[in-house]
Amino acid sequence: MIRAVIVMNTQGKPRLLKFYDFQPPEKQKELIRSVFAVLSGRPDNVSNFVEADAIFGPGTRLVYKHLATLYFIFVFDNSENELAMLDLIQVFVETMDRCFKNVCELDIVFNFNKMHAIVDEIIFGGQVLETSSEQVMKAVEEISRLEKSSNSISFVPKAVSGRFGR
Amino acid sequence: MEQLKTIGRELAMGSQGGAWAGQSKEFLDLVKSIGEARSKAEEDRIILREIESLRRRIAEPDVPRRRMKDYIIRLVYAEMLGHDASFGYIHAVKMTHDDSLPLKRTGYLAVTLFLNDDHDLIILIINTIQKDLRSDNYLVVCAALTAACKLINEETIPAVLPQVVDLLAHPKETVRKKAVMTLHRFYQRSPASVSHLISNFRKRLCDSDPGVMGATLCPLFDLITEDVNSYKDLVASFASILKQVAERKLPKTYDYHQMPAPFIQIKLLKILALLGSGDKQASGQVYNVLSDLFRKCETSSNIGNAVLYECICCVSSIYPNVKLMDAAIEATSKFLKACPSDSHNLKYMGIDALGRLIKINPDIAEEHQLAVIDCLEDPDDTLKRKTFELLYKMTKSSNVEVIVERMIDYLISIDDNHYKADIASRCVELAEQFAPSNQWFIQTMNKVFEHAGDLVNSRVAHNLMRLIAEGFGEDDEGADSQLRSSAVDSYLRILGEPKLPSLFLQVICWVLGEYGTADGKYTAAYIIGKLCDVTEAHLCNDTVKAYAISAIMKICAFEIAAGRKVEMLPECQSFLDELSASHSTDLQQRAYELQALLCLDSQAAGNVMPLDASCEDVEIDKDLSFLINFVQQSIEKGANPYLPESERLGMSGVSNFSSPYQQEASSHSLRFEAYELPKPSSIPVIPQPFISTSTTDLVLVPDTTYYRENNQASKLIVGPEASSADAGIKLRLDGVQKKWGKPTYSSSSSITTSVEKTTNGVVAHQDGIRSHSRDTTYDSRRQQPEVSVEKQRLAASLFGASASKTEKKATMAQKAPKGNSTNAEKSSVVRSVSPGTSKDKTAPPPDLLDFGEPVPTSAPTIDPFKELEGLIEPASALGPLYNTVKTGGDKAQDLMALHMDTPPSVSRTSLSLASEGTYSTDKSSYTEKPMIAVKKGPNLQDALHKDATARQVGVTPTGNNPNLFRDLLG
Repeated sequence: MIRAVIVMNTQGKPRLLKFYDFQPPEKQKELIRSVFAVLSGRPDNVSNFVEADAIFGPGTRLVYKHLATLYFIFVFDNSENELAMLDLIQVFVETMDRCFKNVCELDIVFNFNKMHAIVDEIIFGGQVLETSSEQVMKAVEEISRLEKSSNSISFVPKAVSGRFGR
Repeated sequence: MEQLKTIGRELAMGSQGGAWAGQSKEFLDLVKSIGEARSKAEEDRIILREIESLRRRIAEPDVPRRRMKDYIIRLVYAEMLGHDASFGYIHAVKMTHDDSLPLKRTGYLAVTLFLNDDHDLIILIINTIQKDLRSDNYLVVCAALTAACKLINEETIPAVLPQVVDLLAHPKETVRKKAVMTLHRFYQRSPASVSHLISNFRKRLCDSDPGVMGATLCPLFDLITEDVNSYKDLVASFASILKQVAERKLPKTYDYHQMPAPFIQIKLLKILALLGSGDKQASGQVYNVLSDLFRKCETSSNIGNAVLYECICCVSSIYPNVKLMDAAIEATSKFLKACPSDSHNLKYMGIDALGRLIKINPDIAEEHQLAVIDCLEDPDDTLKRKTFELLYKMTKSSNVEVIVERMIDYLISIDDNHYKADIASRCVELAEQFAPSNQWFIQTMNKVFEHAGDLVNSRVAHNLMRLIAEGFGEDDEGADSQLRSSAVDSYLRILGEPKLPSLFLQVICWVLGEYGTADGKYTAAYIIGKLCDVTEAHLCNDTVKAYAISAIMKICAFEIAAGRKVEMLPECQSFLDELSASHSTDLQQRAYELQALLCLDSQAAGNVMPLDASCEDVEIDKDLSFLINFVQQSIEKGANPYLPESERLGMSGVSNFSSPYQQEASSHSLRFEAYELPKPSSIPVIPQPFISTSTTDLVLVPDTTYYRENNQASKLIVGPEASSADAGIKLRLDGVQKKWGKPTYSSSSSITTSVEKTTNGVVAHQDGIRSHSRDTTYDSRRQQPEVSVEKQRLAASLFGASASKTEKKATMAQKAPKGNSTNAEKSSVVRSVSPGTSKDKTAPPPDLLDFGEPVPTSAPTIDPFKELEGLIEPASALGPLYNTVKTGGDKAQDLMALHMDTPPSVSRTSLSLASEGTYSTDKSSYTEKPMIAVKKGPNLQDALHKDATARQVGVTPTGNNPNLFRDLLG
């Protein structure tokens, strides 16, 4: 089972948190800090796996991917396969890339409810739901289409977020 | 704070002005300012300000729904950054009731992120979830399922279960898939509540949509993990599904990087590994499809390797097949030899796979030696750890030295305590199992202790001490003493290190005390000097000090027994002085014991501390049968029979002595009762100095009060109460009885007589039984320092020699090489069994245990300790007995007068009984103290007087706050 999905930037600021076992905010903060401490201490060009039993309890591992200014982290127990989880991160990132066209940290910050929608389409209750980014995209687009038609609240337009691009 | 609020208000006003720019303008500003925050503190300030403004605005009446959505999102964001947004939860809950889809989804998103599944607000959402699960819009249904997954707990499952089950037949496959997963989640939460629905998972396995089938594999995996046998019939189906998937029978949309549905394949392989484990027939059905997979898997892509790795795991788990093993070994070596950019990942998987395969065939590791060594030297920490795990699995007596050496090197290099402890325990385990020589074992343990001493279990230290005490060799005394002297040598060398963990210092002190002078290489003075240095150089805790002083005592005893004169080194004397004034009664007692010991002649010292007797069994007469006569006599003389606490409880209201305060309280209540029923007859018996003082005054001076009461109590029992029990005033008798339910001062005073007699050289025991009992208590007390070894021995001897024997066998494993795992299991089983049995067997006779509260055990790991307690306590329970039978009138009077000199010490004893947890078991041995107090005179009294003053100031002395006292007393 997947325990958590974490996206944080390279300064350790959380950008997306999803725990499949409830964690109170203070605990979340602490987990983020310790995960960041581990990840920031790892050199480049090493494996993407970390044994996380000191942080998340016995038998847990985490797989992370470092892309640009972000860490994508999946925490899971021994019923999952490390390499497969690495590919699941890939699916997640690909989907976001399709969604936002050249995804960057700011997209994630400004659209984090959409991010949650994407994660919910990939992982459901801690289990892998869908691994095709195309299918995930379809589902997410369907949601936004229906949302638009029922109510005209749109997500933050790209142009606005672009203003703050660095 | 006030200022912050105004800033927040201004900010809010300002941003309201710019609200035209769009719904989320403020949110964007927030994110932007957080992004630009230069420090954590600044970020926190911004968020707090934001929360403050949200708190105000969210509570305003008639907030537009859209704006509310924005607020909620900002709250989610604030909470993600670790700030409390609980004031907004209710609004998020309200939002789930909204009809508009985006608002509802936002509401659900917020509540799933905010709320725990047993949060009070959940009850307000359940109705909404129920309604939404029946919605026509499948997106609403999906949102509700997501929320149900997160928020529904064991109690609320029945409320939504029917709807979820209905959804298993929903026309949309996404919904069916999510419904299956929600049921799975329910199963994880509470297996019982969905147990009648398990057949649904099997049914859904045949769903027309492969996605739904894939989703059912997750719950089935869990179910099969729980109970393999009920699903053996599915092996063929799983194998055929896997075959079809591998042969690309699924629609193209399930392909991922040219692999057909890899996640489904992985899940299937995991399930088959479970089902085929140890089952030849089931495994037979899987062989074909596995060899197909090995052939087809392309190793160029990440996901291909994932499937391949899963195949290896499956092969290593099912009934072995030579052909498949070869394929697996080949695949593993491909992983290990991989050198593309992500080679670390593959190497990691390769090491892991190797670890699985060597369980079946230990030889295959050899051809990958070099790759493994490479991984060991890799900069990647994860890979290194995985490799150590592999090494741990493949340790044999032939390679243990190398592997443990490597592990220790690594242990030294890391500073992650969690993993350090892990590695240390593995080192210990391997060393215990495969040690090639005693020398090596001790050196290894020393290293482990030196670098991870505070992280290893204290059991390990006790094992080491016992090993040194018992030796490895069955009969070879020479080898044993060689072992000991080499241990002593190494410890003397190690003591030069600047910083040593406390557990290790304990071991060192014990060994030096026991064997430091055994081989005559070092003089007693040298060892004692070293021991004193230990306590000075290392900031050590009371336990180490206790070990050190006991070690010094042993050495002194050995010296005296050997007829040599012991000269007190100045540093030793100052150490002794320090301890005699210590706030820890345990340390104090040890110091007094040492002082007492120094006065003994050689034969007595030899008897008190026999040389190398740590392995001797201490015989303890639990039932105190030797006292029966004595008790009988006393009862005949009119003493009250001993009543167990339970019965005494029935007799009077005050009985709980669980804390010093309570004891104090009960003594107060005792006084009150005494006042209501004044009894003149008791007054004359009160010793002279106190006659004039009225009892109320005494409340202010606790020390004397206690003492007074002691006298009173003893008098009362000896005099009116005991002899004419029928005439005695009931109430008061109860109170007194209560107070002295615990062995306290007066028991010690009575024992003191005999002690004094002995020390004065008068060998004639005035009362045989009494002195006998003193010996017992003294003996058991003396055993305290060696308790760590003793208790293990005790456990071993009690639960069959098996414990120690297996232990030994394990350590000597090189003689009879065995499958390491079984060996390890064996010893660990024995080890784990013994504590449990020890408890069962040694439940001490409850009526003898006078203390209502369980004596806190300072060393939780050691169960035999409990047992020792049980054995000692009966001795201490003698207190009340002594009390009741106190030698008739005049003699006691003399005694009292004698002890008049040292009231503080007396009171300390009675107080410390309750306040000192650890060694409260051997109370009766406090007998020594008053005697020495009398003898030593001013110095001691000073210290005790200080203590008394401290107590008057209102602080209860415990071992924990000596500094506090220093401050108070200047």
